[in-house]
Order: sequence, then structure tokens, then C-alpha cells
Amino acid sequence: MLTARVIPCLDVNSGRVVKGVRFQGLRDAGDPVELSMSYERQGADELVMLDVSATPEGRGNALVTVAAVRQELGIPLTVGGGVRKAADAGALLEAGADKVAANTAAVTRPELLTEIADHFGSQCAIVAIDAARKAEGDGWEVITLSGKNRTGMDAIGWAREAVDRGAGEILLTSWDRDGTRSGYDTDLLQAVSDAVHVPVIASGGAAKPEHLIEALQSGADAVLAASIFHDGDYTVGDIKRVMAAAGIPTRLDLTADTP
Amino acid sequence: MAQSAEDITEAGHVMLPGVGSFGAAMAALDKSGLTAPLRARIVLGKPTLSICVGLQLFCRSSEESPGAVGLGIVDAQVTRFPETVRVPQFGWNDVNADPACQVVEDGFAYFANSFSMADAPAGWSVAMADHGGPFVAAMEKGSVVACQFHPELSGAYGQGLLKRWIDLPC
Repeated sequence: MLTARVIPCLDVNSGRVVKGVRFQGLRDAGDPVELSMSYERQGADELVMLDVSATPEGRGNALVTVAAVRQELGIPLTVGGGVRKAADAGALLEAGADKVAANTAAVTRPELLTEIADHFGSQCAIVAIDAARKAEGDGWEVITLSGKNRTGMDAIGWAREAVDRGAGEILLTSWDRDGTRSGYDTDLLQAVSDAVHVPVIASGGAAKPEHLIEALQSGADAVLAASIFHDGDYTVGDIKRVMAAAGIPTRLDLTADTP
Repeated sequence: MAQSAEDITEAGHVMLPGVGSFGAAMAALDKSGLTAPLRARIVLGKPTLSICVGLQLFCRSSEESPGAVGLGIVDAQVTRFPETVRVPQFGWNDVNADPACQVVEDGFAYFANSFSMADAPAGWSVAMADHGGPFVAAMEKGSVVACQFHPELSGAYGQGLLKRWIDLPC
């Protein structure tokens, strides 16, 4: 049967992996090619690379970085950041991405998801949704522009619409939990995964293996994490052994598990 | 990249990477005149590796593209995964290969598909996986191999498969 995926995330700025809480105080975390190869050896099931460059020069570097990672990587690669039109997605796929994630631009212009799905297939069209609990009332609202904009748009409704428009997968980040190391928002994961039939990747808040297991038991099909891997707290293999022991279908390749 | 029927007929090895829908892939082959030579080399058993929708093209039709006519190598229709599971299927699934398989082995391979061939075709050595029910993960006959998964994205498992296919005695 299909196994749960563990997905390290690389935030890349001008060709280097960076880390920081909510994109503030970015620090260098290494070379994207070396880190990617290391995570594949540890047993990563996929990689996500988010281009957080703020400048056109940085964007250009992102394509070079994608191509360099692809050259060495033997597992799937999803790339997001700055995807505003189908041609942006095409350039990333051409450079070696297998899937492309759209976030703010899809909220502003939802047709973008249909355009990407029509050109390259729904299996390439990922919608990244940043969600935060509504200040008033129940539920979650969609956050855009890396947290600068609270849209008031209902996150569950947006997830449904994005899938209707062609998204083949949802990368769901809890803005309340991201960078807090307090665990994923399992209520949010359950609500979104109940609302759609496409796979959901949990993101935001992971600090220990138990957090990833909670997310997978709350409807997520895959779990994404960054700092717990970059900081060396756990290898991907460490996490996957705990998952397997908890009875979660897991792809274990113990011969390949080296930090 | 093959441009002509001669390329397909004369090449030692041919790979058919899976891109796009069943109907779009067949339309592209038809338009470039590659359908007949591709079908011929598969029937003749010349080394051919077909990936993802490339496996589905071996069937005669698909629920994905009603009306589109496949290569018809096997008498089967491609169907959508049931509503009981996540679609698309994204991720690593457990592949169980028939002992008669020479190229495909047991192990985890990476899939990205919404449609599949449910029943093992007669006359082929097959590998099966399960997503809401069994489906054909790969099928092989001599030097012709078709994989529903992506060997090029399946890490060491996929690299091993590609090497065994290339190394087959022709």
C-alpha cells in the first residue's frame, strides 16, 4: 500500500538554503545540492524547495539551483515561490522540478491553477495554502504575501475551490504553528483532508517525531519539516523508524540511512 | 528525442516517458506518425521502456480520455482509482513482482497517477501494487518493460531497474 511521505523543505535564497522563523532573521543553513543528497540518503520520500528570494536576480538563481539539485537527486522535487503564470511553472519544470506550488498568485488569480493543470497536468499543480485561525468565529482564514496579508477568505472553502480548479495536491501550512515547534495544527489538517480527496501535506510546527505521527493520524498524507532536519535534531531515518513503530505505513531503507 | 518513424524503428533502445493525459499522449504519437512504428517494435519485442501514462497506452482505451484509441497491445481499459483513496496517488507504494520478472523487483517505487490498469494482462510477467485495490505497477515481456511508477524518481530502486533493462541481452 501507499506509504506516508516525509518531506524535508529547503527555503532557498539566492542559491543558498536559509532558515528563520516566519522568514524573519534568515540564517545560512547550507548548500542546496549537498543537503538534498543528504536527505535522499537518509530516506526522504520527496523534497520541497521554496524560493524565498525577494529580487529578480534571486529568482534567476532559483532556476540554476533547481537544475543543480535535479542533476544529483533521485527522488521527486516540488518547487514553489514566485509562480505567477503558467510560464513560470513551465520554466521550473523545464529546470527539473516535478511539481510546482503556487500560493499568493493562486489566491489573487485562481485561474492560475487551471492554467498549470491544463498545460502540465494536475499532478504538477500544487496549491500551497497558508492558513491561520480566524480572529473571530470558528475556522481558518487564508494568509498571503508570506504572512503580510490576512485575506479573510475561508481556508477550507479555498482548498475545495483550488482542487476544483485543478490542484492535484495541497501543501497546507499553519501560520499559527509555523516556527513555534509546538506541533502541527491537527484540527486544520483534519478539516482540510476531510474536505478534499487530493493528498494533503502537513506543514508548520514540527519539532519531534510524535508531531509528524499526529499529523498523519489527523488525515495528512505527507509531513513536511525544515528546522528539525537542518538543525540535526533528527535524521529522516530517525523519524521514519518511529513512524513505522507506531504502525504508519513507511518506506524504510535502513541500508541507506546515513546522516 | 525521436522525430520520425525511422528513429523509432532503428533505435536500439526506446524510452516512452509518461507525459500528459492518455488522449493527449496518443494524439501526439499519432500526429508525429510514431504510433505504428512504436506498436511494431513492442510487438517485435525490441527494447522499449514505457513509463507512467506510457504503460496505460498499452491498453486499448482509458476512462481518462473517452474515445481515444490506445496502442491496444493488451486488451484492457484504464480506469480511475476508487473514491475510497486519495487521488492522485502520490508517493511510494509497495511493488510485488512476479518471480518471472527479470527487470522489475520487489520494493518501493514512486507513483504519481490517478488512473491505472486494474487487471494483470495475460502473457506478461507483472508486478502489482495496491491503492484502493490491486493495480498493475509494471509489466514486462522480454526487453519490453512498462512501469506505472517513475523509475527515474524512485531512487536506488529505480536506478537498479534502469540498469537491468539496459543490460538485458538483446
